[in-house]
Amino acid sequence: MPDILITLITIAIVVGATLLACSYLIWVERKLSAWMQDRVGPNRVGIFGLLQPMADGLKFLFKEEVIPSHVDKVLFLAAPCISLFTSMLAFSVVPFGPVDEAPWFMRFIIAPQIDIGMVFIFAIGSLSVYGVILGGWSSNNKYSALGSLRASAQVISYELPLGMSILGVALLGGTLNLEQIQMQQVQAGITGWYIWTQPLACLIFFAASMAEANRLPFDLSECEQELVGGFHTEYSALKFGLFFIGEYTHVITISFLTSILFFGGWHLPFIAELDSAYPFAWLVKLLVLLFKVAACIVMMMLLRWTIPRFRFDQLMGLSWKVFLPLGLMNVVLVMTVLQFHWSRVWLFPGSILLFAFAGAIAVSAKQRELQSRPQAHRRVTPPGSSAGGESALAVH
Amino acid sequence: MSMKPTDVEWVEEPEIGFWEATFIPAIISGLKTTLHHVTHYKPVTQQFPEVKPNLPLHYRGVHRLNRDEQGRVKCVACMLCATACPAHCITIEASDAPPEWPDRDKFPASFVLDELRCIYCGMCEEACPVDAIELTHIYDLTGRTRHDLMYDKNKLLNVFDNTKNNPRDPVRTGRGKLGPASKFEELPTVAPATQVQDSDRSAQAASPGVIAPEPKEGT
Repeated sequence: MPDILITLITIAIVVGATLLACSYLIWVERKLSAWMQDRVGPNRVGIFGLLQPMADGLKFLFKEEVIPSHVDKVLFLAAPCISLFTSMLAFSVVPFGPVDEAPWFMRFIIAPQIDIGMVFIFAIGSLSVYGVILGGWSSNNKYSALGSLRASAQVISYELPLGMSILGVALLGGTLNLEQIQMQQVQAGITGWYIWTQPLACLIFFAASMAEANRLPFDLSECEQELVGGFHTEYSALKFGLFFIGEYTHVITISFLTSILFFGGWHLPFIAELDSAYPFAWLVKLLVLLFKVAACIVMMMLLRWTIPRFRFDQLMGLSWKVFLPLGLMNVVLVMTVLQFHWSRVWLFPGSILLFAFAGAIAVSAKQRELQSRPQAHRRVTPPGSSAGGESALAVH
Repeated sequence: MSMKPTDVEWVEEPEIGFWEATFIPAIISGLKTTLHHVTHYKPVTQQFPEVKPNLPLHYRGVHRLNRDEQGRVKCVACMLCATACPAHCITIEASDAPPEWPDRDKFPASFVLDELRCIYCGMCEEACPVDAIELTHIYDLTGRTRHDLMYDKNKLLNVFDNTKNNPRDPVRTGRGKLGPASKFEELPTVAPATQVQDSDRSAQAASPGVIAPEPKEGT
């Protein structure tokens, strides 16, 4: 079969599967959040509301396309397309299965053997913020503009810790190619998964990529309480749907990256090993990877409905004061270990130590802040009573 | 009275420890809470169109105009409900009662109640001397136009026909009789709209200390 045909088939499968997955992820998220809040969730369209995504999609398609008169039409229409296009494009270098064992009609990666794989993903993925910025700017609405400003500041800030966190993996693996990184973990077995040598990087990567995908608790760019809808305030119908699908595609990409970079990709001991040669092994491996990805996505959803939203200065502080230094120190740690040919086993306690170090700094900083508050020295002792606040309450 | 400095209590943030500073225990305990809700899933949602809510007996919904035992409208067009109505949603046009109705002087030629203006306070029901207007438990009231929800005499009597046999909507007092206002010679004992048990506190004499504070000794 000619290569171009295989590529086209693969693209068709990936786009279709991604769109379907996006719509059903929205269903899963709605159901999960409903369960967490003792609600029922969608249950009207089809059994368990399983046809709800179809109904939503139809609604998006057939709703009136409202383009407000005060918007910049070209950019207004381009923004959601950019958002979806970049998210989809980033997926093209993600290996979504055992690449070497693909069935005859498709590949498990759209663009194989891209040596700059991870750099490509981050470059394209951060382009998706252009969709957000252009959407907010062209809406000609202060809420949208504020939302997109926040989004741009946030994405720029979280790019750095994101890059830092994968730098360790790239150093350990000696490559930026996602297929090779996955293959190294498969060959090394479960102890070779990069989660054991790079736990801190995994944490930073997960948190920072959630921030980059504008997921709660980092969705400051569209927080309803402050900014109505944020950058998509003026968007409706299919254009809003495109933004939404773009966001969910980003989530899927992140989950694939987390699984591949830190959790061994399609590798699972005894079930999906390098030399497992039973029929349809490729399907099992694919399912293993998809299971890991699903676990990541569910984790993100759980976090979304558990943690309250950050304040914007806290968000920035977390990026610049915590994640960036931690990521840098993690890279230094990896470099040190590699340079002096120490055992990689030391990377795990080293990461834990770094994390503890950051915690200790945070505690001392908080204590100093409490000390420096004016209230700390202003406590008034009422005349006639010997002790402080509590007895003052009791007297009056 | 102005505040004194001693009235102000300064509350300080609790000092945070190492684990709080790392966020990890807080996130884990939060996840535990939310996951507990998933695993111990007990929604209280009522699936409305399939499951009807069990409303309390004193629920005040759509009005009805009661009929007496001969099927005539009980209302004697005394205008007390229209006067009592705080929303001014009742419009009555009185006219002389037909000669075959010797027990009353007037009857409502038209009785229009704007269900959209009504605030369902139940004061018409309280004001009515002949127990003609009552509020039923019907709450799912819909209409396609505002005019649909201007309930006239026929509609209100229809509501009575539809609800009189429902155990949730009994004719509250003087069932089957026209009511006390039309019988000036012998006034029947008026029962309270809601039956009060003898054991109920409201039926007993005020006990000392419940309503007014007990007078202090020596004053």
